[in-house]
Amino acid sequence: MKLNRRAFLGSATAAAASTAPMVRAAGHGKPRVVVVGGGAGGATAARYIAKDSKGEIDVTLIEPTRHYYTCFFSNLYLGGFRTLESIGHSYGTLAIEYGINVVHDWATGVDRDAKTVALAGGGRVPYDKLILSPGIDFVDGAVPGWDQSKQHIMPHAYKAGSQTELLRAQVMAMPEGGTFVMVAPPNPFRCPPGPYERISMVAHVLKETNPTAKIIVADPKAKFSKQTLFENGWTKYYSGMIERIGPDFGGGNVSVNTDEMTVDIDGEIVKADVCNVIPAQKAGRIAELAGVTDGNWAPINPSDMSSKADPDIYVLGDAALQGDMPKSGFAANSQAKVCANAVRGALTDSRVFPAKFANTCWSLITTNDGIKVGAAYEPTEEKIASVDSFVSQVGEDEATREATYQESLGWYDGITSDMFG
Amino acid sequence: MWRSAFTILALAVCIVQAANAQALGDPDKGEKLFAQCKGCHQVGQGAKDRVGPHLNFLFGRRAGAHEGYRYSKDLARAGANGLEWHADTLDIYIENPKNLVSGTRMSFRGMKDPEDRADLLAYLRKFSDNPANIPEADPTATGTDHDVDPEILAIVGDPEYGEYLSSECTTCHQADGGDSGIPSITLWPEEDFVIAMYAYKTKRRNHPVMQMIAGRLSDEEIAALAAYFGALEP
Repeated sequence: MKLNRRAFLGSATAAAASTAPMVRAAGHGKPRVVVVGGGAGGATAARYIAKDSKGEIDVTLIEPTRHYYTCFFSNLYLGGFRTLESIGHSYGTLAIEYGINVVHDWATGVDRDAKTVALAGGGRVPYDKLILSPGIDFVDGAVPGWDQSKQHIMPHAYKAGSQTELLRAQVMAMPEGGTFVMVAPPNPFRCPPGPYERISMVAHVLKETNPTAKIIVADPKAKFSKQTLFENGWTKYYSGMIERIGPDFGGGNVSVNTDEMTVDIDGEIVKADVCNVIPAQKAGRIAELAGVTDGNWAPINPSDMSSKADPDIYVLGDAALQGDMPKSGFAANSQAKVCANAVRGALTDSRVFPAKFANTCWSLITTNDGIKVGAAYEPTEEKIASVDSFVSQVGEDEATREATYQESLGWYDGITSDMFG
Repeated sequence: MWRSAFTILALAVCIVQAANAQALGDPDKGEKLFAQCKGCHQVGQGAKDRVGPHLNFLFGRRAGAHEGYRYSKDLARAGANGLEWHADTLDIYIENPKNLVSGTRMSFRGMKDPEDRADLLAYLRKFSDNPANIPEADPTATGTDHDVDPEILAIVGDPEYGEYLSSECTTCHQADGGDSGIPSITLWPEEDFVIAMYAYKTKRRNHPVMQMIAGRLSDEEIAALAAYFGALEP
């Protein structure tokens, strides 16, 4: 860990000295917060700090994309329930109404001694407190035969946008009676119900357009989120279409061949018309470059989301190793508010309140059949611990399921205005 | 006058439906149906503004213009554009509030049955001038029934703490009062807010997310939230 960081620091300092000038925060002498990643964790943290500090703190948000597509609800786009535009958001309001310095660039390194973030486009952004909310990257070699250079053939669609568009186009172009294969990820991964909601949405589309098509899921996990609810829905709506191969039958022993468009599931070769590879995951790379990861994820202190490796760095959302919370947009948004309150308290004399966390994940099985699972969390010494939970029940009536779906639409509008203003 | 503010489509809809609405229904049945409204609206002697405005003298009132009640921007705008409450406009509004005023904070999915709407309007009509004056009867609406300890209702909330706690609410409930599948909680009277949260906390209101969230809020925290949302300028 330390060696990695040292090696990186050396090169970053050398590069910065000879290239562009420092990106300066406006207003000298004010405390500076830099947020890396403009998703559910980062955008929320930036917005709350800017909003609540009322100009006392300079906030810079570093996010490479100008147009952000939420991963949550991207499955609904695959199912034809949303347009891609309807899950796209820009950072205009955060910049204009909240005065956040939005920098569209990649953060390529963190100099923890100088307290600066290096940008791909050159220059360094100084910080007093740094919030990393970089989401996920994929573990190299997790699925033999696949790497990111193959994502245009076998998309992951686990970061929303062009990948999601590609996967939908592939599904729509499947030959009659064709085969859709999903290589599901091992734990822990972003959005635990995500792969199974995706299967539901793909099945929904195929049932309408290509009813003899088949779906095969190769899954290294014995169990998954909301399993009974999903499986009941699949039997009810998509009978005979979906086959899930769990670890007992070699679902974890998978490789792919992108030239042949085949998937090898425990020695059996399956010809795929569409293959959605969702590899094993790790914290977004900047967390590793900053030297705050331990293994694949970044450990944090549960009371304020600060890194265990550096008290001036905070890690939010999918990248954090925090305990019981799932890796979800809701969870990242929840953690961001605890973090924003703590960061503001550390930099100004604002009041710091005790941490409270919550999560709910809604999923859609078919038209108007929504389900949900959620829990409340509190910090303990060693982790963020679940204190109470609920899940939709098997056999709920149609009105309840429709209300759950309607509620998810309300939540989408709620959380996206909480993130982007 | 108000008709000029409507689109042709809305006008066509209201002409068709006015026939139903103007044959006013059965006020006794309407009184029973009003149970759906009582959580937010009072009507009759002593009625006050609660989550929603009181409904005395509703007929003939300009929309969004009842003094002392803070309306959503959309409803106030609709009133400024000439919307008035009569049997026909109310019929459309009650069928689905958001079809008429998209940004209304009225969290009501709508009453689909035209006869039910006619009955409800016949009941409400009794509390407006001509023909009915306010009857000298017992108040018909008493807000939400509850048994929350008055000492708990008397707790003065800390709005700054409420603002912090509110961030947990605004993941789903939009701070500006917007409502698309999840009700608005902005600008509720503090007492109604506290009563509602206790109903979830004690699991007498059924919603798993709200039962969980309310279940771990202390009395002071609920009061803090009530103070914050009650004064929020959307």
